[in-house]
Parts: sequence; C-alpha cells; structure tokens
Amino acid sequence: MDINLLWIPLLPFLGFLINGMLGNRFGNKFVNAIACGLPILSFAISYAAWSRLISEGTELHWNGFPWIWIEGLVEIPFALHLDGIAAVMCMVITGVGSLIHLYSIGYMKGDPGYHRYFAYLNLFTTFMLILVLGDNLLLMFIGWEGVGLCSYLLIGFWYEEDANCAAGKKAFIMNRVGDFAFLLGIFLCLAHFGSLDMSTLTDATAISALSAETLSVPLLGSVSVISMIVLLLFIGATGKSAQIPLYVWLPDAMAGPTPVSALIHAATMVTSGVYLCCRLMPLFEAAPAILAIIAGIGACTALLAALIAFGQNDIKKVLAYSTVSQLGYMFFAIGVGAFSAAFFHVVTHAFFKALLFLGSGSVIHAMHHEQDMRKMGGLRKQLPFTHLTFLIGTLAIAGVPPLAGFFSKDEILFAGYQQGFLMGVDSAALFWGISFLTAGMTAFYMIRCVALTFWGESRVDSSLEGKVHEPGGWIGFALFMLAVASIVGGFLNVPEFLGGHATLGHFTGLHGSAASHGAAASFSPEDLHAAEWKSMFLSLAVAGSGLLLAYYCYGKGHALRTRFTGSGVGRWLGRLSHRKFYVDEFYATVFVRPFETISHLLFILIDRILIDGILVSGSALLTRGLGNWFRKMQTGFIPGYLLTFGCGVLLLIYMMLSLIQQGGAQ
Amino acid sequence: MFSLPALLYLSALLFSVGTYGVLARRNILVVLMSLELMLNAVNIALVSFGRVHALTAFAGEHGGQIFTLMVLAVAAAEAAIGLSLLLVIWRRWNTIDLRQLCRLNG
Repeated sequence: MDINLLWIPLLPFLGFLINGMLGNRFGNKFVNAIACGLPILSFAISYAAWSRLISEGTELHWNGFPWIWIEGLVEIPFALHLDGIAAVMCMVITGVGSLIHLYSIGYMKGDPGYHRYFAYLNLFTTFMLILVLGDNLLLMFIGWEGVGLCSYLLIGFWYEEDANCAAGKKAFIMNRVGDFAFLLGIFLCLAHFGSLDMSTLTDATAISALSAETLSVPLLGSVSVISMIVLLLFIGATGKSAQIPLYVWLPDAMAGPTPVSALIHAATMVTSGVYLCCRLMPLFEAAPAILAIIAGIGACTALLAALIAFGQNDIKKVLAYSTVSQLGYMFFAIGVGAFSAAFFHVVTHAFFKALLFLGSGSVIHAMHHEQDMRKMGGLRKQLPFTHLTFLIGTLAIAGVPPLAGFFSKDEILFAGYQQGFLMGVDSAALFWGISFLTAGMTAFYMIRCVALTFWGESRVDSSLEGKVHEPGGWIGFALFMLAVASIVGGFLNVPEFLGGHATLGHFTGLHGSAASHGAAASFSPEDLHAAEWKSMFLSLAVAGSGLLLAYYCYGKGHALRTRFTGSGVGRWLGRLSHRKFYVDEFYATVFVRPFETISHLLFILIDRILIDGILVSGSALLTRGLGNWFRKMQTGFIPGYLLTFGCGVLLLIYMMLSLIQQGGAQ
Repeated sequence: MFSLPALLYLSALLFSVGTYGVLARRNILVVLMSLELMLNAVNIALVSFGRVHALTAFAGEHGGQIFTLMVLAVAAAEAAIGLSLLLVIWRRWNTIDLRQLCRLNG
C-alpha cells in the first residue's frame, strides 16, 4: 500500500475544521471522537511510514505541487519528506499528542470552550507535523509560525483573565523576535544556495562550495555566509525553544490549560528549534564558531533556568523552568556536535516532561485549580497513582538509571566531556562543567517539587478537605502510558559501551559527537569507552548527590533548609531565584518601557496633536472660522448689498476704461 | 440750446442724488423714488446723446429717444410692482424701514 504523507498533517487539520466549525452543534462525545480519533489515525499512518522506513529503508516523499514558482529564479514546492528524524518526530508528536488529547477529555470536562480547545489542539498538531515534514525551509517556517499561533491561542485560551492574554502576547512577541532572524536566515539561504530544499541545504558539496564566501555585516565585520545563516537560524531557534535571551515567554506560557503546557510547551513545539538544528546538521557542522556559541548559550540557559527553578512555588513554573533547562541541555549537545544525543533527549524529554506536566495537571485538577505548592503537601495519600507516575517522571529527568533521562543526559554530558577533555577544547570543558552542575541541580529542584507536593504533612486548604481524589479515566490512562514510555524510552538509544547499538542514532543518521566524524580516529575504542564509563559515573554521582541533598532538605526533616534560608546569603539567593534574577524586570526596563514611552510620545505627537489636532480639528476650525468671518457680509441690509454692488461696478468700469486706454496707447 | 456736457452734468448730478437716496435712506418709499430719479437721470443722458447724434453724424436716427420711451414704460411697470410689494410688506410686517427688514442677516 502506498502511504501518502499528506494524510499525516491533513487528518488533524480536518479535525480542526470539523470541530472548529461544527463542534458547538454536536455534543462533547462527537468532539472527542473527532479530536482524538484523527490524531490517532495520523499516528497510525506515521507508524506505518516509520516501519516502512525501517524495513525497506526508503524515505517517503510527497511531491505536492509547485508553490512559489518563478521559473529559474525561485522554485519552492509544497512538498513533504519523511526521513529518519522526521519519522521519529512524527511518532512523538502524534503519539504523545494523542495521549494528551485523550487526557484533555478528562481535564477539560465542562469547560465552556470545549470544542474550541480541541480545534486549537488539532490545528497545533497539524502545524507541528508540517514543521517536521516540510521538505524546504519555507514550508517548515509555515509550520513554525503556525505552532506559534496555536501556542498564542492556547496560552490565552481562558481569555477572560487579563494575565492569560498578556502571557499569550508575550509568547507571540518574543517568538516574533526569533522568527525575524529565522526569516533572514531563510533569505540568506535562498540568496546563496538558490534553493530552500532540505536536500540542497544539507548537501556537502553545496556547503563546501559556499564555505569561502563572506558577507560584510555591520558590527560583526566580515562573516562567512554559512556562519551567518547558522547564527540567524539559531537565533530563530532560541525564540521557539526558549533559550537565552528569549526564554522568558515560556514560564509565562503556563497560563494555558495544563495539557497544553504538556504538549506545546514541553513535549513538541519548544523542541522544534532543536529539530531545526538536527535537520540541518551538515550546515551547522560547517560553522564551528557558531556551534561554540550554541554550546555556551545552551549550557548557560540550563544553569540559569535551574537556578530559577529552585525558588518557584508554582508547580507548573518549576516544570516550565526545568523545560527551559532541559532545552538548554539539547542545545549544549548540538553545540558540542552531539546531534544524535540532542535529538535523543528531545524524544525522552517529550515522554517524561509530558508525564510530569500531566501529573501536575492531575494534581491541579484534583486541587480545584490550586497551583501553589505551599498549599499542597502530603498528597501522596489522596493521589497515590499520580504520585507514582510523577515520581517516575522526576527520576527520569534527574537521570536515574535505567529511566529514559539517564541515557539521553548521559550521552549529552559525555559528548561535552569528550570535546572538552579528550579533544581539549577549553570552552567545551567550561560548558561541560556548567551542564554537569546543572544535572545535580535538576535532581535537586525536581525532588523539591515532589516533596513539597506529595510528601510531608498536608498544607491543603481546609475547604478542599476530603474533596481531593484521583482523577481516573483518560487522565490515568495517559499518565500510565507516558510513565511506561519514560521508563523504557531510554532503551531506544543505549550506547555501545553499555551493550546497546545506539539504535536511534543510526536510524536518524545524526552524528553522535564532534569526535565521531573526523577526529575520532585519534582515539582508540578502549580510551573512548573508559572515558564513557568515567563520564557516566560522574553524572550519576552528581545526580545522586542532588537527589540526596534535596531529600534531606525537603523530604526528611528541614534542618538543612532552615539553616540555609536562615542565613543572610541564603535569604538573598532565595529571593534572587524566586524573582527569576530580575530578568523580566530588566527586559521591562530596557525594552518594554522605552518602547511604551516612545509609543506614547508618538501617540501624543502624531495622533493627538498632528492628526487629531491639526489635520482633523484644525481643518474644521479653519472652515468654521472662515465661515464666521464671511458670514458677517450677509447683513440682509439691502443698501449694503447695493453699495458693494456699486463698488464692484465702479471697479469694473475702471478696469474697462484702463484697458481701453491701454489699447489706445498701443 | 444747452450744450451736451451741461446736460451730462445734470444727468450725473441727478444720478448721484438718486444713488445717494437708494444707499442712504431707510424708507423703502423714498428708496423707490430715488430709483426713479436715477432712471430719469439716465433718460436725460439718453435723449441728450440722441439729440446730439441726430443733429450731427447719424441724421434721422432716434435711438436715444426711442430707448427713453422704453425706459419710461419699464419704470412705470417697475414702480407699480415696487409699490404693490411695498404695500404687501407693510401689511405683513407693519414697517417699511429697511433696517428692520434685514431678515437674511447671516
């Protein structure tokens, strides 16, 4: 049977159309069937395509139609392509996506915007699949913008509250900044490659042909074209994937319904920046200087977000910053050339972060929309199943073997270790150190989150007494499936030194590390494996100490914690973390407020004074004034008119006479 | 016989007096009378020119005199209309003072 790739994004789109236009006429059962059935069907097709790819090794392609077509100048088709990376991404998007659709049935029950919610969710799935499957950068950009739109719509889903709308706008505007750079990158690609097809952009000969070309850029001087393209695309990725300096929108995006946070702001959309880098791997590898920047940004983002996560009391905010932090890991991996590790982390992160978010959603649902962890505690008794799955997710993200996060994070850290110490790149060593520290911090703040929510004595408001109960049904099902995936997900890509075959890495064809192509020859396999063991034990040790420290701070007794928060430095650090290092305030002062001031000034000057005052009221005033003035001539006193008339006649006569005289003179 | 300039001076004088009356007087009746005066001033000028031309260059031409007769007829008609309008105005507003009749004042 032929598989038409178009169906994968088309099915959720149909769901969007049906639910968006007819959803309110039919009951919720109908909405459920459409909204969940079509993505599941899409998952089935993705699965078929994936298994075809495995068994026959043929990459699927849908030729589509000519889209932007100027013969010989710009030829951009509307075409879809499914290779290894795209196949895995499709599976994750439709798989995790379907689970979250099912979960939403339970979570969104009784919401007045029920069909609207599912329509948006389906539309998001569509655009995400277009982003992944698009065979050229421009089509990818369509998906890129589309998911941004859906993200905006869903963050502000409960639009009655002003804060939600503000968060939606913030996300959208922050993303625009990145998208602008992305678009510039696309233009540069079109100008220098002459095509936006993925096959051209990843073609080794095309890239090497361009390697000598340079551009003169203001402030930067002469920059090679490839570096510029990669830098611009990466800036685009920092917007969508919430990296420094454009990460501040993601924590605010938690204003949306929790399943949305799970799907869009944890599992899929925010990883599209990483996906972009993986898809264009050869291009990125051709710009080593930019890769170093990417590694630095990634590591610093991971650290900063982890530091902020320490001080957050909102359960979703902790998870949001942990997402930013994990995305930082992915970019760090890309920066050190470990594309396969980054992509692997995308997949495992999709599992465990979706699990964590859905778990937090289950708590929030049970707590009647209470998100403050200070008002939780001791929920383990009332929500045993949620606690279990949440704990699995926590251990997975902390990197406890053999859960999913262990393998992927270990691979990333090893890639950094390898580049930093075996190959002697100083910057990579520094960034590895940062990421290494962050691994321990991740374990710490996640256990803190679990402890505050589920362990200890209950701080639940007395009005909720006896009302907190496990939400069963689809919510439980989705949690269960994702917990299983978080446990076994890591076995997709077990490294060779642990007896695996790095299956995912081979399947996607992504490079495991900078060393694996090029400098690899200088290391013997024994050396590499020894280093891998060493790196693994280091990361296990740091994760373990983070876990233990958190356990003694939050789980068992509070002596350590009180001593820390009692000290002046501790309080100061706590406040710094709680206030997110004042980055929002900084942005507000440096960007938002001057912008608002200028807008206000222009509003007063141009709109109020020039347009309203001078042009509109001014012309009216002029007409009225002239009218008032001329009105006085209309006295109604006939002799007055006659006098004017007489004067006119005299004037005419005088003129005629003088004309005649002139005529006579000639 | 009077000379032509003397006749024209007379005509101009009468015309000025009439103009002054039209412009300066407030009573419509007087204004109408002044108007008649102006018309007659023009008539004097016409007959004077007619007479001079008939005697000199255009013998047998009596355009000036004929035109004066026209003016007289029109003036009679105009006076009739004017006086009847005057009567109507009197009946309607009980005044013939122009200062009080400036209803088109903007």
